Amino acid sequence: MKRPHPNRRQFVAAGAAAGTFAMLPRPLLAQGAQPKIVVIGGGFAGLTAARMAKRYDPRLDVTVVEANPTYTACPFSNDVIAGLRDIKEQQFGYGKIGSDGVTLAQTAATGVDATARTVTLGNGNKLNYDRLVLAPGIELRFDALPGYNEAAAERMPHAWKAGEQTLLLRRQIEAMNDGGVVVIVSPQNPYRCPPGPYERASLIAYYLKTNKPRSKIIILDAKDAFSKQRLFQNAWKELYPNIEWVSLSMGGKVASVDPATNTLATDFDKVKADVANVIPPQKAGRIAEIAGTTDRSGWCPTDPVTFESRQVPGIHIVGDAAIAGAMPKSAFAANAQAKVCAVAVAKLARGETPETPKLINTCYSLIAPDYGISVAAIYHPVNGQLAEVAGSGGTSPVNAPRTLRNDEAKLADGWFNTITSEVFG
Amino acid sequence: MKLSFAAGAIAGMSILAAAGILPVAAIAADAPPGALSCSGCHSPNATDTSTPPRLVGRDPAKTVAALQEFRSGQRAATIMDRIVKGFSPEEIQAIAAWYGAQK
Repeated sequence: MKRPHPNRRQFVAAGAAAGTFAMLPRPLLAQGAQPKIVVIGGGFAGLTAARMAKRYDPRLDVTVVEANPTYTACPFSNDVIAGLRDIKEQQFGYGKIGSDGVTLAQTAATGVDATARTVTLGNGNKLNYDRLVLAPGIELRFDALPGYNEAAAERMPHAWKAGEQTLLLRRQIEAMNDGGVVVIVSPQNPYRCPPGPYERASLIAYYLKTNKPRSKIIILDAKDAFSKQRLFQNAWKELYPNIEWVSLSMGGKVASVDPATNTLATDFDKVKADVANVIPPQKAGRIAEIAGTTDRSGWCPTDPVTFESRQVPGIHIVGDAAIAGAMPKSAFAANAQAKVCAVAVAKLARGETPETPKLINTCYSLIAPDYGISVAAIYHPVNGQLAEVAGSGGTSPVNAPRTLRNDEAKLADGWFNTITSEVFG
Repeated sequence: MKLSFAAGAIAGMSILAAAGILPVAAIAADAPPGALSCSGCHSPNATDTSTPPRLVGRDPAKTVAALQEFRSGQRAATIMDRIVKGFSPEEIQAIAAWYGAQK
């Protein structure tokens, strides 16, 4: 695809003399222009990218486009479902970003013209950009699981975008009678927060153990393996024998759901749930598709150094929407990617070459409020993809004293406070 | 071994100081590979006691020594023993020096 050089508009705007140089790639800053960076999405990825870009190079003109006035964070939202945490602790405003000199456009982004380098806003206005960063998070695929659509989610909550759905699932569990069956439907990879369904099962089990001890949890899984599996399964054996995991090869894949009867059908069986938590397959947030950055998988292939789209020049994708090699879709990864991307975008805007990065992901899961486990990995570009650095990372030890689990639970808490204050504070 | 790490860290710092006179007033101008990820857990705020130690403004020799001990298993770890193995001694020195120079 042939596109005009990013600097071309400025040259054209500058008038006749510009024509002489129109073909020469000159950094915007060398021309005295203030490069415009637009970021779509005000979550862990988008807000980090915007603030980091501005802090890194104050000469950048940075705008965040986000329709919601507050952000409700997913990490720790399983605690909310289990009645261990107030949803207010998950919610963050955008009041602080102005102090970094980042502009907030509180509206939806409805279109992207990658040739003209403009973003169309819900109010019809257009924003020009030199570099666009997309951080739209996920879109739930309401076309992927027969019977499961937006209306069905009111009966069978996904609670995979934190907010009202989180509270709906909590209310259903609170209203359930002792002896009830909670079914969690876990999707195929890739999806947001790989260990999330299993942490959720654990924390719901923690709630049930004291409040409704005769109840049961069934995980119907479209996979045969999952993140931190041994750690979860060992802990379940010890603490929550009422969690039953049904893997893909044991017939766990859900083929259809019926919200009218709260029933989930696999190829072999029908399971009637008292509470059905259906986590459907996912794809990149809609604007990523509109911008032409998604591939057939529904996610966005990216360059491992700059996070620039493999498909559309001038657009970068970070966070859950991106295909970032071996990196999982986590808030930690989103934050780490966004910082690397912000520096790359700033360097590209002034005609410099971004350096080869390394990135870390760390992801804690809670099995109980005082029982934490983690997985960590370090990534670097190998053959055009982010790959794990050999011999590093891994999960918490399988055999460890409860003091270590308690330490990890505390680190999980600290992580949430630190990252949310870096992103929103 | 410890001594050479410390010396390396100090050399790293002087390079950073030299870089500081370049025109861009940018906190992250010379962040070495991996450094930007650390602040996901390590708060720059000294009053956050629930988090792992502050790296910002910390003596690079101490950071390097701690990481070296995590790597060798001398120091009990929760997660840093796994993370440190993703970085070479040179990368660790650079990260420690960069954080040490931050305010």
